[in-house]
Amino acid sequence: MLINILILLVKIILVPVGLLSGFAIMTWFERRLIATIQVRIGPNRCGPFGLFQPAADGLKLAMKEDLTPANADKAVFVIAPMISLIAALLAFAIIPFGPDIQAFGYTIPLHIGADVPIGFLFLLCVASLGIYGIVLAGWSSGSKYSMLGGIRSSAQMISYELSMGLALVSVLIYTGTLRPDEIVGFSGLWWKQFPAFVIFLICMVAETNRAPFDLVEAEQELVAGFHTEYSSFKFALFYMGEYVNMITFSALAVTVFLGGWHGPLVDKIPIIGLVWFLLKTAVFMFVYVWIRASWPRLRYDRLMKLGWKVLLPTALCWVAMTAVWVVFRG
Amino acid sequence: MAKVVGGTKLPLRKTWNTVFSFTVGLLTTFKHIFRPNVTISYPEEKWVPYPRFRGLHQLRRYADGLEMCIGCSLCEAACPSDCIYVEPAENTDEDRRSPGERYAKVYDINMLRCIFCGYCVEACPTTAIVMTGNYELADYDRKDFIYHKDRLLVDKPEDNAPLSPLEAV
Repeated sequence: MLINILILLVKIILVPVGLLSGFAIMTWFERRLIATIQVRIGPNRCGPFGLFQPAADGLKLAMKEDLTPANADKAVFVIAPMISLIAALLAFAIIPFGPDIQAFGYTIPLHIGADVPIGFLFLLCVASLGIYGIVLAGWSSGSKYSMLGGIRSSAQMISYELSMGLALVSVLIYTGTLRPDEIVGFSGLWWKQFPAFVIFLICMVAETNRAPFDLVEAEQELVAGFHTEYSSFKFALFYMGEYVNMITFSALAVTVFLGGWHGPLVDKIPIIGLVWFLLKTAVFMFVYVWIRASWPRLRYDRLMKLGWKVLLPTALCWVAMTAVWVVFRG
Repeated sequence: MAKVVGGTKLPLRKTWNTVFSFTVGLLTTFKHIFRPNVTISYPEEKWVPYPRFRGLHQLRRYADGLEMCIGCSLCEAACPSDCIYVEPAENTDEDRRSPGERYAKVYDINMLRCIFCGYCVEACPTTAIVMTGNYELADYDRKDFIYHKDRLLVDKPEDNAPLSPLEAV
């Protein structure tokens, strides 16, 4: 019993560490990949292939002066970035990133809480919490640009969260379980639930405020949106939050639609499951950056239109069709 | 008559067009991943200028060591940004600098004002001033951008920069 708690604690420490190192690698990866796509080189001065660039960036941000605007609501201003990051990290708790591993005579399940019967409900709740960070940041900064960015962001996230939730719901109806570790077992969900998969992908990008849905950070109009007034480490927290969110949602998409850690050789060597999981997640991260390098930003009204008039009806129809299918299948 | 949006009347067609063009965009960027980079890693690799590139000026000498510049100030007159200052002085038999009557005692170019148009080169009757391929003109002090004659004039005639293909007709 005690050993189980210990194992859990170690995982609870290791997973955020893994996520944050993933964030560091991701910042480097994104800059390099976008540069490659734009026929440039990208950061390559700092360490081999510029791999120490994230560390340099972090150091630079840590050295910066930590400004708080005079009009800011101090307490909220400080708490907002923390909410942003914590929500992003929390969501990962229900993601199974590998099979059970036998080590030192103990069984170590490679997940933190994926066996919770209401896993996906928890996920949706936590994903919604992330909005608080952004709204509060925008509101507490006491600047109109932050305010506008925060309002936009909240509107965007709320509208896309609906469709995302519905896309997930259709999968949940189809599989008949709310437990992430069970859904991982279903293979080929991405083509069996193809519309849900596409909707989920679109909403995933919108949820994490990435291009082409990065209205929140529309530099041309809003300076930097909700984190205009943030500097130094608080800014870094938002940055982390965004990237960790990307990783979490990618991992979620992998878990729900691509069979998570399942893959060849996993039955023989369980730890390979973790490798598969990371590889599949990396593919999604690649797609994120690829899309960012390819597509222009949506205009705000069109973004809302897409969310409410296209994705939501489609998702609803698909939920209904899935439900009918499940009922008649018996 | 339906309202034409995006060049088509059918919503399905419009959707298809959108999806198609977005996919084409993705494929285009994917193709670019495999292109060779155009970036030059500057301090290590240097861009090699073209023969007609207009960089830093140079005042040339004849093979016998005399300066080509005869202090006529035509370059100064031709300069659109007024960044050349020439102060001519008489040549004497004891102190002969150039083959003509006069030579440039002072020849200054303000590189902060210069727009590298090459009009001075065109105006020069003796092809004394040419533009080299040197584009590394960064400096630490504003006053260092005023190039005096000592920095413009070539030391030995064999170091003369070649005339641009336009001049060497």
